[in-house]
Amino acid sequence: MDLDRLKQIEPWCWTVPRAPGEARGDVRLYGSRELLATMDDKVLEQITNVARLPGLVGAAMTMPDAHWGYGFPIGGVAAFDPDQGGIISAGGVGFDISCGIRCLRTNLDVAELAPHLRMLADRLFRDIPAGVGEEGELKLAPVELDAVLEGGAQWAVEQGYGEAGDLDFVEERGRVAGAVPENVSPLAKKRQRGEMGTLGSGNHYLEVQVVDRIYDEAAALAYGLRPGQIVVSIHCGSRGLGHQIGTDYLVSLAKAASRLGIRLPDRELACAPINTPEGQQYIGAMNAGINCALANRQILAHLTRKTFAREFPHAKLTTLFDVSHNTCKTERHAVDGSKRLLYVHRKGATRAFGPGHPDLPERYRDVGQPVIIGGSMGTGSYVLCGTSESEQRAFSSASHGAGRAMSRHQALRQWQGRQLINELAGQGILIRTRSMRGAAEEAPGAYKDVDLVAEATEKAGLARRVAFLRPKACVKG
Amino acid sequence: MSSTANEDSYSYFEHDADVGVIGRGDTLERAFEAAARATFAIMTDIATVRQAESVPVEFEETDPELALVRWLNSLLGSAREHGMVFGHFRIERDGGHWRGSASGEKWRPELERGVEVKGATLTALSVRQLAGGWDARCVVDV
Repeated sequence: MDLDRLKQIEPWCWTVPRAPGEARGDVRLYGSRELLATMDDKVLEQITNVARLPGLVGAAMTMPDAHWGYGFPIGGVAAFDPDQGGIISAGGVGFDISCGIRCLRTNLDVAELAPHLRMLADRLFRDIPAGVGEEGELKLAPVELDAVLEGGAQWAVEQGYGEAGDLDFVEERGRVAGAVPENVSPLAKKRQRGEMGTLGSGNHYLEVQVVDRIYDEAAALAYGLRPGQIVVSIHCGSRGLGHQIGTDYLVSLAKAASRLGIRLPDRELACAPINTPEGQQYIGAMNAGINCALANRQILAHLTRKTFAREFPHAKLTTLFDVSHNTCKTERHAVDGSKRLLYVHRKGATRAFGPGHPDLPERYRDVGQPVIIGGSMGTGSYVLCGTSESEQRAFSSASHGAGRAMSRHQALRQWQGRQLINELAGQGILIRTRSMRGAAEEAPGAYKDVDLVAEATEKAGLARRVAFLRPKACVKG
Repeated sequence: MSSTANEDSYSYFEHDADVGVIGRGDTLERAFEAAARATFAIMTDIATVRQAESVPVEFEETDPELALVRWLNSLLGSAREHGMVFGHFRIERDGGHWRGSASGEKWRPELERGVEVKGATLTALSVRQLAGGWDARCVVDV
């Protein structure tokens, strides 16, 4: 990214000055000079386009892990006021609606795990459907699926997948209100038939990790994390159903925008005013997609527990937290001294409520919401906690991952899957995948330095580092 | 995942997180078919896909660029609905009416597993007639 086009307004925050007469909202880019310099210029173009959408409140923002997306940049955050003509954008949510991370803490230590790691990795790979073309055992007819779309993770718990206590540590207690299954197309429901309880592919994974470093003792205590402890992170989303909702509404909203008189700077921003039938229809479908993702991760958490129980009968896996990072959520935020109901798009960005937020579970209320920055399979991930100042800075939002540093094709030219897997095995990280190509595309070197992203997230005041998780075994989709 | 030599060509362009697909052909329809091959070649080696079953695809769209997105997304949706992977594609149009088919087979263990394509996007979307034929391209989300 050409930094000459930016103006640094704080050590870790930049803006794009408006040209004379240019009508758009503010833009904020969070990150270090180093991170911003390596971002594609398309990030700047895309977030500037977002700032031109009607009803924007505050600034259109990018998180430190931002990269070129479609419509919104990945790592983009923007809030809209329905009473000021604010819009809902399918491009601001993405195809993989409510993609996110379920993090499970265990009562196991790395020393206890070590002799069993290979067997555990093999069993997880056998038990967790992962990769293109793989289906789960649970087959749901469209009518049955409607209950999932209404009930989310709560439905899954009622069906025996996991424990009721899990729901305390899932956003919206596992079920977002306002889902309208009727707004989801029959094809979307058919696509999901064999996909409940599946991981998917691309950057999705199930990773066994060890708590390697603690940055914040008090928050780590509240989160139940200690050095040497084994945790499991599951990264996936709403699978075929969410993909089809995105597909269906991307084109229909692009057409609606024109019909409704919205001049889109780029039609990939496909959107409609929130207070229109078109906008409401997408919101109902998107919420159904969110519930589908929450149910999917709940089922995967259950499958993971079953596999651990076979290898470690005394193992106890409890939900640390479940965060979504491809959503638009209805939230109350303080704007110019008053609370306003806003529709906050987070496309590749994590909600990061600070201490005292009423939506947080009691256990975390004093320290803030757990935020998970998923890194690559060779480097590691971070657990952070939401901060009070993030509310003013970014509507309580933070980074969601390391963010890609190069394209998938560049990665394919640079790495070979088998060779990479062998190298990681040499470092004590076991990779299990059906896709050598996928492994090469997901090479650790294809991602930004997750340490820099986590540091920038903290220094920018978006979330504070609590713990670093180092990978031990990874099932890649 | 290289372009095929015996059919109208397909190739790729760079995108940070996803993949840009390009289909080229003597006609718009052949370019669409090549773009479909580019898309499915992300998921497997399409040369090894057997033509065991054929699935019809039909839709209405007057905008050629949106038609490309509709075409690719119809194929992706149909493949997932039937648990199949496609390797061979045909499409024809009559004004704004598009009718075609895709043939392939159910996923079997021997097929190479690439990366799942979630959907075709409006990003970098273009359908153009160039001096040497037609060029149809967009970014697909993986």
